[in-house]
Amino acid sequence: MTREQAAGVELPIEAVRPVRPGRWLGAAAALLFLAWLAYTIIVNENLHWDVIVAYLGDGRILGGLWVTIQLTVLSMAIGLALGVLAAVMQLSDNPVLRGTSALYTWFFRGTPLLVQLIFWFNIGLVFPTFAIGVPFGGPKLIEWQANAVITPFTAALLGLAINEGAYMAEIVRAGIRSVDPGQREAAESLGMSHRQVLRRVVLPQAMRVIIPPTGNQFISMLKTTSMVSVIAGAELLTVAQRIYLGNFEVIAMLVVASIWYVVLTTIASVGQHFIEKRFERGHVRLSSRVRRNLSPLPSKEPLPSKEPLPSKEPS
Amino acid sequence: MNAQDQPMVRIRAVRKRFGPLEVLKGIDLDVPAGEVVCVVGPSGSGKSTLLRCVNRLEGIDSGRIWVNGELMGYAERGGRLHTLRPAELCRQRRGIGMVFQRFHLFPHRTAIENVMEGPVTVLGTPAAQARRQAEELLDRVGLAGRAHHYPAQLSGGQQQRVAIARSLAMRPSLMLFDEPTSALDPELVQEVLAVMRDLAASGMTMMVVTHEMNFAREVGDQLVFMDDGVIVERGDPREVLAAPRHERLRAFLGQVQ
Repeated sequence: MTREQAAGVELPIEAVRPVRPGRWLGAAAALLFLAWLAYTIIVNENLHWDVIVAYLGDGRILGGLWVTIQLTVLSMAIGLALGVLAAVMQLSDNPVLRGTSALYTWFFRGTPLLVQLIFWFNIGLVFPTFAIGVPFGGPKLIEWQANAVITPFTAALLGLAINEGAYMAEIVRAGIRSVDPGQREAAESLGMSHRQVLRRVVLPQAMRVIIPPTGNQFISMLKTTSMVSVIAGAELLTVAQRIYLGNFEVIAMLVVASIWYVVLTTIASVGQHFIEKRFERGHVRLSSRVRRNLSPLPSKEPLPSKEPLPSKEPS
Repeated sequence: MNAQDQPMVRIRAVRKRFGPLEVLKGIDLDVPAGEVVCVVGPSGSGKSTLLRCVNRLEGIDSGRIWVNGELMGYAERGGRLHTLRPAELCRQRRGIGMVFQRFHLFPHRTAIENVMEGPVTVLGTPAAQARRQAEELLDRVGLAGRAHHYPAQLSGGQQQRVAIARSLAMRPSLMLFDEPTSALDPELVQEVLAVMRDLAASGMTMMVVTHEMNFAREVGDQLVFMDDGVIVERGDPREVLAAPRHERLRAFLGQVQ
């Protein structure tokens, strides 16, 4: 059919959809299941909904919530910095730096986080004091007692952040390697230094690959902080446990903690969505490519003018 | 030796190998200031590698390369060569623009941001001044209306013209073109060649690796035919293309034309 004919005749598609009873049956079954689940939970007297509601805004719970947020944000920030450092070391030409980075990720991914947390909390047993001075047994300038420095919070922060750094290193490394080597060459041919290439060209593009798994790590970290309860970290779960040891409302307190965890992870997911969009800059989806192809052809644009281009006179 | 008779690029006895494969087997070549040298040859002949050695994206195994009278990559002190520090190499590269087959525009920056990137980051040019200069350059490659488009929103020919503007923003004294039209749809080749013609007419020194024999014939001051890591034939493009002396060049021209 030629273009003229297609323009003159309209052939609307008003097709009848096929009947799909399976879909309706599946939906009905799922709704029924959800209704039953909601019913058993709502009418269940053992859940003590009145207690749950009363403790949701309890001062101690909110305090634990705040510690959880602090631990998550600080651990992720330090972990990300460690991860970038370890990834850059891993990709360097220096074999000693590469080895050091590999040792770090190997060790901290190879041991359970729970063990690391208990280890950091008890580090005073191995190193009773921390000091700044000349290493290998030289004189010391300042000295601290380990037991004074290592509170449950600092132990938790050390454990979570250093462990997180080992995982972030792999994520950042994958992100950096995903950037086309031609980008680096183009930047180098402009005369950029290694640092500038990394900061201005490679990392911004690597972010697109780094952000989604980092968001997952953040959401995972919100919940992983609950492990800190083994060293009495004063975060959400520790506080909930303390309360139910007093009033024996075990399930109700766990529901209170769970509600807050869900609220936190939901907020984090929404934030992740917006940050991902921010780093999608320049990565245009198919629809805009089509629009580009529909826009005026390049030949319709003014041709390059005959003005001489700027060039440095050979000196 | 004064500036007039010193070539912009002087390549002497350059050898380069990738593992067991020697891709450059002793190259001697001069590019006088203001001239356009077109390098042609079959793929794998070493022409792109030679170009990448000039701005030291690739190191060389032996030989010397001078650009603008300066030895690339090394400093000679006390009768010995010392490898340059990265910062000094960066300074040498500033004066050499390079245009790639696959453009390599920064995809996270708009056309004008791509052109501003070099002056702002490397030269420390104030953003407002770099923007004015970038606007001028985009206008001269015919893309003033596309300044705020991202590379993915531009056609291949437009991207390559932005890439040329990006290199020019560093005010280079030498431009290297590595098969600048080979990745383009046929109908987009001419718009890029037009920009390159203008650039040549403005007196820019250019080394162009290309398969565009018409461009070489019309714009080139010198044609260099490479095969298997050596320069097989060189001379005035019009003479060389009209009457190739070597069988290998005749066979090559028979294939590309």
